[in-house]
Amino acid sequence: MITMEKPSASLWRKIKPRYNLSGNICKNCSTAYFPPRIVCRKCGRNSKMESMTFSGNGEIISFTEIRVPPDTFRDEAPYTVGVVKLDEGPLVEGHILENGIKIDIGTKVKAAFRKMYVDGEEGPIYYHYKFEPV
Amino acid sequence: MLMAGIVGYGAYIPIYRIKVEEIAKIWSEDAEAIKHGLGIIEKSVPGRDEDAATIAVEAARRAIKHSGINSGAIGAIYVGSESHPYAVKPTATVVKEAIQANDRMMAADLEFACKAGTAGIQMAMGLVDSGIIKYGMAAGSDTSQGRPGDALEYTASAGGAAFIIGKEKAETIADIIKTVSFTTDTPDFWRREGASFPTHSGRFTGEPGYFRHVTSATKMLLEDTGFKPSDFSYAVFHQPNGKFPRNVAKMLGFTEEQIAPGLMTPIIGNTYSGSSIIGLAATLDVAKPGDRILLTSFGSGAGSDSFAIEVTENIDAKRAKLVKVRDIADAHKKYIDYSTYLKNRNTIKKR
Ligand SMILES: [Zn+2]
Repeated sequence: MITMEKPSASLWRKIKPRYNLSGNICKNCSTAYFPPRIVCRKCGRNSKMESMTFSGNGEIISFTEIRVPPDTFRDEAPYTVGVVKLDEGPLVEGHILENGIKIDIGTKVKAAFRKMYVDGEEGPIYYHYKFEPV
Repeated sequence: MLMAGIVGYGAYIPIYRIKVEEIAKIWSEDAEAIKHGLGIIEKSVPGRDEDAATIAVEAARRAIKHSGINSGAIGAIYVGSESHPYAVKPTATVVKEAIQANDRMMAADLEFACKAGTAGIQMAMGLVDSGIIKYGMAAGSDTSQGRPGDALEYTASAGGAAFIIGKEKAETIADIIKTVSFTTDTPDFWRREGASFPTHSGRFTGEPGYFRHVTSATKMLLEDTGFKPSDFSYAVFHQPNGKFPRNVAKMLGFTEEQIAPGLMTPIIGNTYSGSSIIGLAATLDVAKPGDRILLTSFGSGAGSDSFAIEVTENIDAKRAKLVKVRDIADAHKKYIDYSTYLKNRNTIKKR
């Protein structure tokens, strides 16, 4: 589940991955990670991590319609969340936009840029990738 | 002669549409009379998760793709809007991060009612021509609001475009030969801090506002360049509705054919800061090398920026990476009713 934290310096560091699906790849074994990992799960101390921005293209491998949402997304229901397998390999959770294309397992998607959450009347606006069926 | 030109561009229009009939029904107004009077059949509406920043980002990403340049080489980003998501906190920084531009970068938000996008193009041109930066990006993006029941409710819509300005001869798809502006203090339309909806001086603001400024700027441009209306293949005038640009074109001696490709308001509404530059993008979509395009924006308050643009040989080669405006306007279009419209626009008060 995508969660939203209160604004803080640690949150600012998440802006890049949230805006652009930037993760990293282990140059030793070519495994890509999102979110980025400090150490490759397979290579351990032999990891050679390099940052990498994913294309945002992928396909849906599972999805579900949310009718009873958490408080954060109370006004947005119903909406669809899913797991997308990016072309580069990593599995990524995300909201799936409704654009008239009927979705199913295997439906191709691309990353779009949207508002995820607005913190009340006075708090910050959180922007995030969402997936758009193509 | 200026050296700066357009290296790439992109547009974005939300998928939601509301028809004039649907709005007219709520206020017991005559839809046919409104459609005829405003020259508009429907308008775009932002999704609940869209605002001027997300629209600017989507347009900017398309512009980067079309230009073929590395976003790290962009030296300045200006985002024009009258609906910046924050009162204090720039939209331009969101765009900068979302296109992965370099931290070494100039950025600012602009506001000049419907002409902040063209003001950004002029600022980027100055920086590029002077050699201070290599490329500059200017975006105009809005999710403008009309007060429920007001005439503006039929036209105020959402959309945007982004242009990348550079001066490498091998890269520009269109050169900007000349730009000139006409500016006066004319309070024809405004929105005070904290107000949800704009206020306008009524239906008689057209003459001293739109028509005076658009004709003055355009005439200055024609005089400065020595061009006649017939020297242009196309013309784009700001489009607060479908009627004004047609009337002003006629007044200035331009034909219906010259303005047709860029006239987008009848099917998407007035996208404010996006309006004239979405029109320019739609015109560039069909233009050929050697074509001249005249562009004149208008922003209430008030001013007009006029441009003489000449399309280069490079335009055809870059078309493969282009998403055309009319394709964007047609893709996944989804009609909504008035209550969904209110929910999308966050007009419903919960407490
Ligand atoms: Zn590894």
